[in-house]
Amino acid sequence: MATIVELPLETYAGPVEPDWCPGCGDFGVLKAVKMAAGKAGVMPKDLVIVSGIGCSSNLPGYVHAYGVHSLHGRAVAVATGIKLANTDLTVVITGGDGDGYGIGIGHFIHAMRRNLDLTYVVMNNQVYGLTTGQASPTTMKEMRTKSTPRGNVELPINPIALALVSGATYIARGFSGEPNHMADLIAGGIQHKGFALIDVFSPCVTYNKLNTYPWFKQRVYKLEEEANYTPGHVKAALEKSFEWGDRIPIGLFYKDLQPTYEDSEPAFRLGPLAHQKLGVDEPLLKSLVEELM
Amino acid sequence: MTDITIGIGGAAGDGLDKTGDTLARTAARLGLSVYAYNSYQSIIRGGHIWLRVRLGQEKVESHGDHLRALIALNQDSIERHAPEVEPGGVVLFNADKLRLNIPLRENVTPVPLPVAELTRTFGRVQPVMQNTVALGALLFLLNLDFEVAGTVLADTFAHKGRPLVDQNLGLARAGYDYARERVASLGCQWSFSRKRRPFITGNEAFSLGAVAAGCKFYSAYPMTPASAILHWLAAHGERCGVVVKQCEDELAVVNMAIGAGFAGVRAMCGTSGGGFALMTEAIGQAGMIEAPVVIVEVQRGGPSTGIPTKTEQADLNQVLGASQGDFPRVIIAPTRTADCFPTAVEAFNLAEKYQLPVIIISDLLLSEHPETIEPETLTAAVPIDRGELVTEPSTENGKYKRYAFTLSGISPRALPGTANALHVAASDEHDEEGILISDVFTNPAVRRKIAEKRLRKLDLALRDLPAPQLWGPADAEVTLIGWGSTQGVIREAVGQLTAAGTRANHLQVKYLHPFHSNVVSEILSRSKRTICIELNATGQFARHLRAETGYSVHDRILKYDGEPFEPHHITEQVLAILEGRPRSPDVSQAEAREIAYHYIRTHLVDEMRPGRIERADGDGRGEPVWRIEIIDRDSGKKHGELCVGISTGSTQALALDSS
Repeated sequence: MATIVELPLETYAGPVEPDWCPGCGDFGVLKAVKMAAGKAGVMPKDLVIVSGIGCSSNLPGYVHAYGVHSLHGRAVAVATGIKLANTDLTVVITGGDGDGYGIGIGHFIHAMRRNLDLTYVVMNNQVYGLTTGQASPTTMKEMRTKSTPRGNVELPINPIALALVSGATYIARGFSGEPNHMADLIAGGIQHKGFALIDVFSPCVTYNKLNTYPWFKQRVYKLEEEANYTPGHVKAALEKSFEWGDRIPIGLFYKDLQPTYEDSEPAFRLGPLAHQKLGVDEPLLKSLVEELM
Repeated sequence: MTDITIGIGGAAGDGLDKTGDTLARTAARLGLSVYAYNSYQSIIRGGHIWLRVRLGQEKVESHGDHLRALIALNQDSIERHAPEVEPGGVVLFNADKLRLNIPLRENVTPVPLPVAELTRTFGRVQPVMQNTVALGALLFLLNLDFEVAGTVLADTFAHKGRPLVDQNLGLARAGYDYARERVASLGCQWSFSRKRRPFITGNEAFSLGAVAAGCKFYSAYPMTPASAILHWLAAHGERCGVVVKQCEDELAVVNMAIGAGFAGVRAMCGTSGGGFALMTEAIGQAGMIEAPVVIVEVQRGGPSTGIPTKTEQADLNQVLGASQGDFPRVIIAPTRTADCFPTAVEAFNLAEKYQLPVIIISDLLLSEHPETIEPETLTAAVPIDRGELVTEPSTENGKYKRYAFTLSGISPRALPGTANALHVAASDEHDEEGILISDVFTNPAVRRKIAEKRLRKLDLALRDLPAPQLWGPADAEVTLIGWGSTQGVIREAVGQLTAAGTRANHLQVKYLHPFHSNVVSEILSRSKRTICIELNATGQFARHLRAETGYSVHDRILKYDGEPFEPHHITEQVLAILEGRPRSPDVSQAEAREIAYHYIRTHLVDEMRPGRIERADGDGRGEPVWRIEIIDRDSGKKHGELCVGISTGSTQALALDSS
């Protein structure tokens, strides 16, 4: 790999300030995403941040980079198209738990089994914030929200376990209270060749009064500090992914190098599609027509 | 005689598609015009295929009205189609398996082929090889060149080895010689130019047009009748440098294509009505973020899952109304197979020049039927217009404005990777720079101007779209109006009307949105009488025409049974309208017979068929009925009766049981 020239945080200073609630966990994620891009040495012109819809999906507008602020749940699909169109670009997807684990979960699972070279940062606040506090796919059981006044009766999605069984090759969890740690995880994901998921505990200070900063601070511990844990085994990672209670792991659960979708695509032999010349030459067209005669 | 239609009927698995293909390619290699339509009959359990191949000295643009030769591969095909064969025609069948159990029209020659006897010297013969014998006989009857048919058979079976090629050639020759010794040919006087022409479907033409135009990305979810585009591009993607992505659903399909379009490659996706319904939100997104994308919507019979293997033009309302809000889009309905190639090219140019979604609306008939087209239509030398692209960084106040408010409405596009032109393309409303005005910076004035900017692009786009032209005499008694794939069949009906002494002209509309309202209003203001012809139940285009021009057509000819128009359907109804005769929606005698077949297949045993059909008054439920005898297929013995309501199509069995 070529030497990485790290870029300072200001490189990615966006045109406007975020309109998130004061104290929102997403501020930490925004900072970590910029730090990670800088650590990975990605030039703003080569960085595309793709989001869906939700508070957290406003993130691309706050970064000096290319971006698509797409539809609710569709960020992964749009990002896939961008990456396949131009493999020179670094494509980072950012969004929330409702966007990625609810309405967009189909794309999430299929992108992982394709092992596309994408980095997906999910700001998981376990609630729908933009729509003022309904249950989300990761809301804990029995939690009361505007849409579950008697308590949530559904089990939450386990994104880490889901990623492990779906073929993602870089699976991590960050916490907004640990932005430097998170930045390392995201930078690792950007540099990883293959699909990287970084699920982030990004507390909603307005609508989630259960999973708060103090709640997480009491519980989270770093896998990197666990003596016996190395992030290369599915079974061990699965076991860790179910740890939820007094102790909740953050850090890198799993990493493995597997061929990416892009590796198997013959059309990329001539370089990124976006740089190839358009059309076909007459002899090729003639041979295609000859098949029809 | 300038053209002739041959029908081949049988069950799925009888191999008739290959027989039809050999016949069609033989005629095509001889320089004849060929048009084929494959219809899957719903009256037979397990599927039944009814393929028609029309051959013409001159260009033929429909499968026609006149069946002159039938190859029946099963008993159902004899019963159902042999009576359609016109005087002077022939009915070929395997005399070892099938029997002629119904009367033929006058001067129709049955050609029972003794297949076992003819194939005895060829060793072990597969059942499907009866087709090759019949094909050989047909080649003689049609005065086609046996040697050329031999080259087609050799190509078709080449992958199976020389012995099989030789066996097929021998079987075809046996059939050819048998017919020559016993039956007069149909007297076709051909002049073989031997000009080689591609025998191609609309879906293949879209695919070729796409690669010629530089399409680099195609995404799809399997859906009839659009899947052939996916198959063609998947098979040829590597050679043509196209990434072909089969996705998890149509939401992914269209969003990936939009992402690819945003990133700077020409991207297309394809589907049918149901898949398009899933795509609609993203089509508005493409309009909002001004990303180029081409979407092919191949209509099939709806609503809902509908009739997947049948044709219809009933998705017009859907494509016009797809997605919430006002945004620019272009909708093109190609009018014939040869038009599909340049339409695909044009769609990419419009999508990039105007930075918007372009929807090509096709239908099963246009997309799936093969016909010969002029090879010059298919060329690599196509115009490519990528529109205004920023390759050098913009320096206006040091700030690139992705959605710059220009007079044309077109804001020069910058692709990711371009320095100093960074921006976010947002599905939320935004300002010139792409900064959201949906939340904190809500601003009615900016909102108004950017909405106008986007829509203004269509004023310019309309100038790029050729206006429709009236075809035929200006002083005609009646103007027939159609859209999309019906052009050929309507023109043939105009010819039939002219021959019958009725002067008609024709207006076919290809560009549905934006719409040439002024031109069309001007043309129709001079028409004495107008009839809109559509393959749907509610006259969706007539409504669109009224919305765009204020013009209401005098009459409509609508068909929504899943089968395409044949010229006579149009001619007969136009004459009825002009003569003031009522057009009855009642169940016709032929339809009553089909309903009886359906009843037999779903409730009784295959050994029965409908016999005598007569009209009777009343079934006690307030409508007259068709009384249909249900008889034994072999003995003709009556088993019972079925009453079919003439108004509603209801069925009532009398003394029928399923034993």
